[in-house]
Amino acid sequence: MITVGIDSGSQNTRAVVMKDGKIIGKKIVLTEFDAVSAAETVFESALKESGVNREDVVSVAVTGRGRSIIKFADKVVNEVGSGAKGAWYVNSGTHLVIDLGAESSRVIKLNDDGSINKYEVNDKCASGSGIFIETMARALQIPVEEMGAYSLRHTKEITTNAQCVVFAESEVISLIHDKESIEDIAYGIHSGIVTRIASLIRRVGMTDNVTLIGGPGHNIGMVKCMEKVFEKDVFVAEDTNYVNAIGAAIFAKEQAEA
Amino acid sequence: MAEVKKEDYWRWSESNWKNPEIQDWHGHVMTCGVDIGSTSTQAVIMADGQLYAYSSMRTGSNSINSAMDAIEWALNGLDLTIDDLDYTIGTGYGRVNVPFSDRTVTEITCHARGANYIYGSSVRTILDMGGQDCKVIGSDEKGNVTSFMMNDKCAAGTGRGMEVIANLLAVNVEDIGEMSFDIDEEPAPVSSTCVIFAKTEATNLMREGWTKQKVLAAYCHAMALRVVGLLKRNGVQADFAITGGIAKNIGVTRRIERLLEIEALKPEIDTQIAGALGAALIAKDFYEKKKKKNN
Repeated sequence: MITVGIDSGSQNTRAVVMKDGKIIGKKIVLTEFDAVSAAETVFESALKESGVNREDVVSVAVTGRGRSIIKFADKVVNEVGSGAKGAWYVNSGTHLVIDLGAESSRVIKLNDDGSINKYEVNDKCASGSGIFIETMARALQIPVEEMGAYSLRHTKEITTNAQCVVFAESEVISLIHDKESIEDIAYGIHSGIVTRIASLIRRVGMTDNVTLIGGPGHNIGMVKCMEKVFEKDVFVAEDTNYVNAIGAAIFAKEQAEA
Repeated sequence: MAEVKKEDYWRWSESNWKNPEIQDWHGHVMTCGVDIGSTSTQAVIMADGQLYAYSSMRTGSNSINSAMDAIEWALNGLDLTIDDLDYTIGTGYGRVNVPFSDRTVTEITCHARGANYIYGSSVRTILDMGGQDCKVIGSDEKGNVTSFMMNDKCAAGTGRGMEVIANLLAVNVEDIGEMSFDIDEEPAPVSSTCVIFAKTEATNLMREGWTKQKVLAAYCHAMALRVVGLLKRNGVQADFAITGGIAKNIGVTRRIERLLEIEALKPEIDTQIAGALGAALIAKDFYEKKKKKNN
């Protein structure tokens, strides 16, 4: 059975094609200003990559911020549902999922069978999300992809105080004026975000077997900083950016079988 | 008019002023208040508790330099030097960095006192909308603080948030108020609390064909709603006054008045100097106390 999961995020849209519970194709595009056309584009190209015809697709499920406007999908699942399923797929037995999006952060606690126990979301404020790192990278004038590497090379632990992205920008500029190194500032930025995520986690309760999903999973500086603050290993899937789309494809399969 | 650089739309006017009615400061008690805020710095000089001169400018990256720049500009063209000041109080976020101050006082105390001077003793609720925070201060008839609440965690509802939108839409920050009323009907407020998210939302609205004016109206409306939330938590008692930079933005102030159904008092003095003004007044109290003790 072929199912497709689409994750329509604020920044990226991804599609994952699954056949009998195995990934056979995936694609990612920028969402830009038209979530619907981004979803259509990525859907078509993922099918093409998988060598699958549209009529062979049994069910399409959509998740993410744009999920309600993507009408060609058969099923809709929210980010908590898709994140839990996707994380369980990439790291079976995980008990805590940290989902970092461009404009939101989410923590989901799972039961022993992978079902959702509790979750907390911050989507009111950019303080714990990917856009925070992007904005800070711009203030530091380094590519966002290198933020993690800079952070790993820090020689001292700076604490940044500003929670708000707008204020943090001014704070970073002050730190540059104070002649702090880019590496140390980058670390301070990451540790600030991780502290905010830790407070989100406290509301559901910390567990073992932690999985980080979402684009910031590619940021090694972020992962190391989390491991240090949480005093736990943090699992990151190779497909970290696709985990919600994978979860949606699994959801589509389960719904079709039910 | 000189062309505005792309990144300079946030720029508000810096200013200095000298009271033409006070000819000779000699023989007066000269006190000074310096308010180093996160975004702006003011130096106010008073002669026997009457406003004598002031300056208001952008805070630089170094608080000490900002304090020196502000006082030098306030003194500019006067036959008065820092040494002639009898008592100086530093206030605001950078208050410990005023090299020539005799002591520091928190900006909350100073704002209440300054608002009492600017708006008169009938002021009971002061909304201070600063560069990086927003405060609601309750005050008695003498300008003493009776209640207090603030947001300094988030740029929504602060001057900095307004500057970000000015830059995004390429509109001079000082024109936003007027422009936000150039609309057919009041749009719904932008739904995002976070300034960063509101930026994305504003960009999307522009793409949908909204005019800048309409987007500004939606943004000012949202900011007013945020601030009214804070005001209501603290409680609002007339007379009501607004200080800080945003007090000059009618796009926000009129919408606050509409939501609260209370009219704010109209200022006759620059609302950005309230903190430094209060500091200079409190400096006079301290100077007199010190003199009494010495006698």
